[in-house]
Amino acid sequence: MTYFLCLVLFCVGLYAIVRKRNIIKIIIGIVICEYAVNLFLVLFAYKINGRSPLYSPDQEITTMADPLPQALALTSIVIGLATTALLVGMAIRLYEKYGTFDITKINHLKG
Amino acid sequence: MKLIPLFVILPLAAAFLISLLGKQKRFFCDIASASITFILFVISLATIFNINSQILPMIYKVGGWLPPMGLPLVVDNLTAFMLLIVNFIAFIVSLYSINYMEKFTAKLKFYTLFLLMLGGMNGVLISGDIFNLYVFFELASIASYALVAYGNKAEELEAAFKYMAMGAVGSLFILLGIAFLYSNASTLNMADLSQVLSAQGTNKAVTFVGILFILGFGIKTAIVPFHAWLADAYPAAPAPISAMLAGVVTKSLGIYSIVRIFFNIFGVNPSFLNLLMFLGALSIIVGGLLALGQTDTKRMFAYSSISQVGYIILGLGIGTPLGILGALFHLFNHSMFKSLLFLNSGAIEYATGTRNLEKLGGLREKMPVTANTSLIASMAVSGIPPFNGFFSKLLIIFACIKSNHIGYGIWAIVGSVLTISYFMKFQKNAFFGPLPKELKDAKEVPFLMQASMIILSIVCLLGGMVMLPKISNYFTEPAKTVLVQGKDYSNLIFKVLNEK
Repeated sequence: MTYFLCLVLFCVGLYAIVRKRNIIKIIIGIVICEYAVNLFLVLFAYKINGRSPLYSPDQEITTMADPLPQALALTSIVIGLATTALLVGMAIRLYEKYGTFDITKINHLKG
Repeated sequence: MKLIPLFVILPLAAAFLISLLGKQKRFFCDIASASITFILFVISLATIFNINSQILPMIYKVGGWLPPMGLPLVVDNLTAFMLLIVNFIAFIVSLYSINYMEKFTAKLKFYTLFLLMLGGMNGVLISGDIFNLYVFFELASIASYALVAYGNKAEELEAAFKYMAMGAVGSLFILLGIAFLYSNASTLNMADLSQVLSAQGTNKAVTFVGILFILGFGIKTAIVPFHAWLADAYPAAPAPISAMLAGVVTKSLGIYSIVRIFFNIFGVNPSFLNLLMFLGALSIIVGGLLALGQTDTKRMFAYSSISQVGYIILGLGIGTPLGILGALFHLFNHSMFKSLLFLNSGAIEYATGTRNLEKLGGLREKMPVTANTSLIASMAVSGIPPFNGFFSKLLIIFACIKSNHIGYGIWAIVGSVLTISYFMKFQKNAFFGPLPKELKDAKEVPFLMQASMIILSIVCLLGGMVMLPKISNYFTEPAKTVLVQGKDYSNLIFKVLNEK
């Protein structure tokens, strides 16, 4: 069920990227997609009744969440931050040049 | 062995130092970038000789951790082949940009981003871990998005935004694919992954991951259904960056990653090869037809680049040793002549201030070096016999016919005829005919720009020599062997690890 909701979140993001005409909404779509993927990474690492992946020598650990995908999610959050910052910076410059956020009006390039 | 991490460390350190120290000394960034790329070129030459003398792949264990725990850096013959191409083009481009980038204000930021992109590409080539590959992939991509927007004009920002929106979605597909792969196989190391997946047998999840990877890496390679960003991004970027993007970025981020993942990790199957052949043939024709109608030189070369990358994909898709050899040889040749063509178009723009073919003409007298080098490049890309492009196209067409794909062979020949026709248009409009009044005082470009174009044109002229057995045994043949042996890659790597 949670996996399905994750997929729905990803599709919401894709819909925003494909259908929306406002640049800011497209950027938000990309960010939503990123969060869906990060959520998916953390979700499949979780085990039912699992505990946090901390090693301690005095107890035997049987159910533990997989720590590797959490590290991957952290890395991908950092990459996502760089992407989003660059996109937003570019959107600001585009607004300065064209005076609009509407992608149908930003159309100097053809062919 | 000890030299492997330098491919990533040197460019990243240089990028950091240039942005830190470049402000005080005016020539520091020029000298630093040119010398660092030259050192990298020498190291990659040393690597290719080293790897040929010991046959087995070289592995550097970062932090001493053994796979599947750590993040190993792996150099095998294919990687060494790609590293040589990437670092050679980077060296030529950084020589060229010393003069070319004078007209822009923020040269410092250009070099920083350029070296970051180079570091990312080298990282993609040497990483032996699939998530590490993704991280370097993103490093190179983000640097290239920023470089496309570098000129900061309205069109350039528009092109960069388009490129970036598509690139970001592609990267998300790759990350999703990696997530599925990890949840399925519980490992990220390439060699380990290959063994786990073959133990599992055929698996629907792997097919799905394959589709995600083709989507993601296909956007970076710009094969035809995913090519929309390319024709805007190449003309928008400064000429040295167009040369890098066309010459090596699409190849190291796109083709190399596809080939490494599908041939060495998943193992090839006929339906995947058919898909590659179909996409390659489609790219050849669509790219060629779109290039015919262009009047902007860089935009024409951009579409031509789609068409030539189609040949590489077609050759890989045939899947026979001859086809793969042709594809790798064409990859090498395409890096050389397409970089040269973009440098030529940059030289024309530098001298005349325009890229529009209708406003150019008769530059042969005024700019002899640019005219002759671009004539060599145009003949090489159209496949006129003594030049390198002829041999690789011939190999690919032979491989098509030998494996009973005669239709694709004819398709490739038609594509080649298209190539000749649009390059004749370029030559005729830019260098022959009457000289327009506005271009009376056009001058030849400065010495370093000439030198870099001359070096590349000599490589184009002598590139056919790579076919000789003595050179080919060091260069293309071992790289081909890596792809032909397919999933034995993992056995080789574990053999190297167990020896120590």
